[in-house]
Amino acid sequence: MAEQTLDDQPLLLAENLGKTYGKLVACRDVSFALYPGEVLAVVGESGSGKSTLLQLLSAQLAPTAGSVSYRMRDGVLRDLAALGEAERRFLFRTDWGFVHQDPAQGLRMAVSAGANVGERLMAVDWNHYGRIRDTASSWLERVEIDTDRIDDAPRTYSGGMRQRLQIARNLVTEPRLVFMDEPTGGLDVSVQARLLDLMRNLVSELGLAAIVVTHDLAVARLLSHRVMVMKGGRVIETGLTDQVLDDPREPYTQLLVSSILPA
Amino acid sequence: MTAMIDITNAEKTFTMHLQGGVELPVVRGVSFHVAPGECVVLSGPSGAGKSSILKMIFGNYRCDGGRIGIRHQGTVIDLATAEPRQVLSVRRSTIGYVSQFLRAVPRVATIDVVAEPLIVNGIARAEAREQAGTLLRRLNIPERLWALPPSTFSGGEQQRVNIARGFISDLPILLLDEPTASLDAANRAVVVELIDQKKHQGVAMVAIVHDDEIRHLIADRIVDVTSFASAA
Repeated sequence: MAEQTLDDQPLLLAENLGKTYGKLVACRDVSFALYPGEVLAVVGESGSGKSTLLQLLSAQLAPTAGSVSYRMRDGVLRDLAALGEAERRFLFRTDWGFVHQDPAQGLRMAVSAGANVGERLMAVDWNHYGRIRDTASSWLERVEIDTDRIDDAPRTYSGGMRQRLQIARNLVTEPRLVFMDEPTGGLDVSVQARLLDLMRNLVSELGLAAIVVTHDLAVARLLSHRVMVMKGGRVIETGLTDQVLDDPREPYTQLLVSSILPA
Repeated sequence: MTAMIDITNAEKTFTMHLQGGVELPVVRGVSFHVAPGECVVLSGPSGAGKSSILKMIFGNYRCDGGRIGIRHQGTVIDLATAEPRQVLSVRRSTIGYVSQFLRAVPRVATIDVVAEPLIVNGIARAEAREQAGTLLRRLNIPERLWALPPSTFSGGEQQRVNIARGFISDLPILLLDEPTASLDAANRAVVVELIDQKKHQGVAMVAIVHDDEIRHLIADRIVDVTSFASAA
C-alpha cells in the first residue's frame, strides 16, 4: 500500500488558471489535479483554448491568473512560476516530454535519428557513446522503427515514423509527465491506429501521466482515463472519459459526441 | 448484511439538449442488492432500462440520484458520488463488465485483447497469455485466430472474445449484458458453465438475458425492471 499513498498525491495541480490577451480571454478559471499514471484528454474545437491551456500547464506561457504547481522528484509541490532556471531545465529536458503535432517542431530534422534520441540523454550527462547508442537503438525498436535507420535523419522518414521517433526522443529520459498536442493530427487513419496502440501501451507500461490535447474524440476514448471539454476558454464538462462520451450532459458536449461520423 | 452491490433509489434521466432539451426519464427508484455468489437477472421489455442500470453500476452512466453501494477492497464506495479515480480503481479490482459488443483497439491481437485485464493488474505477460489461451480454447476460438485482431471476426466470435476478456479476471463483481445473444447452443452451454464457476468462486453477478432457457439456468433471483420505469 506504500505506493498507493504516493500515488494519492497529485503530480500537477492547476488552480484558477487563466490567460488573457488584453480583452481577449484565451482561457479562464481552469482548476484540476492530475495524478501519477493518469491520462487526461482536453477536447474541444479550434479556438476553444485547449492549446493555450497546454502551454500554460507546461510553463511555456505565463498565466495572467491562477497558478500551476508540479510535484518535483523530491515530493514537494512547487509553483512553476517560482522555479529556478536549473529546475526548469530539469523539467524540460528530463522529467517532462512534449509531443508536438508537427514532428519537425520536436525533432532536429537534419541530424540522425540516433542523435535525436541520444541528445536528451547527453543533456542529463550521459557521456558513454556506446551506451547512448544502445539505448537509442532499443528505443527505436520500442517505437517500431527499424534500427537500420538509426543513422538516417528524420527528414528521410515518413510522417508516422517521424511521430514515433519524436515519442522515443521524449520517453528516453523516463519522464513522469508527457504533454501531447494533437499527436495523431496530420497522419493517415491506418498510421493513426498504429500510433495510438503504441502510445497506449507505452503509457501503461511506463506508468506515465499525460495531458493530451485533441479534437478527435476517438483519440480521447482510446488513450485517456479522464476528459475535460473546453469551449470559449472554459472547461464546461469533465469526468471519466467513457462517462462523458457515452453520457454527455452539456449541450456542447452532446453536439460534439453526436457529430462523430459512424465508422 | 454483506451485499457486494447495494442500490437504493437510484435514478437516471437523459436531457437531450439537441432535441430542444427534452427530458427522457429512464429509471427511478432502482433498489436491489446482490450477495456474493449470487446471479441476479434483470428482466423487462426492451427499453425498460436494463442496460442503463448495468451501465450505472459500472459508472459508465452517471446516476442522478440515490445510491449505488459497491463493496470495494473492504469498504463500501458509493458509485453515484465517487470521484473518477475511485471509479477507475473499482473497475480495476472489483467490477468487470461484459458489454453487448466488443470495443477493441484496432491492430491488437485477440490473445492480447483477452489477456489485457490481467496484465493491467500486474500479472506477467506470458502467464496472462496462457490463461487467455485456455479460455479462448474453451470458448472454441481456434488457435490460428489468436494472433489476429478480433475486428476481422464474425459477430459470434467477437462476442466470445468479449466474454473471454470479461471472465478472465478474478473480480468479485461481474456485469453481463446479453452474454449469450449471438452464440450457438454449444457455446451458450460453455457460458452457462463459466457463470456457474464464478458463482462457486463467490462472484456477485448482474445479468441481462433474453433467452428464457438460459435465464432459468443462471438466475438465482429475478429483478423486474418494469417497476423502475420512470414513466410509471
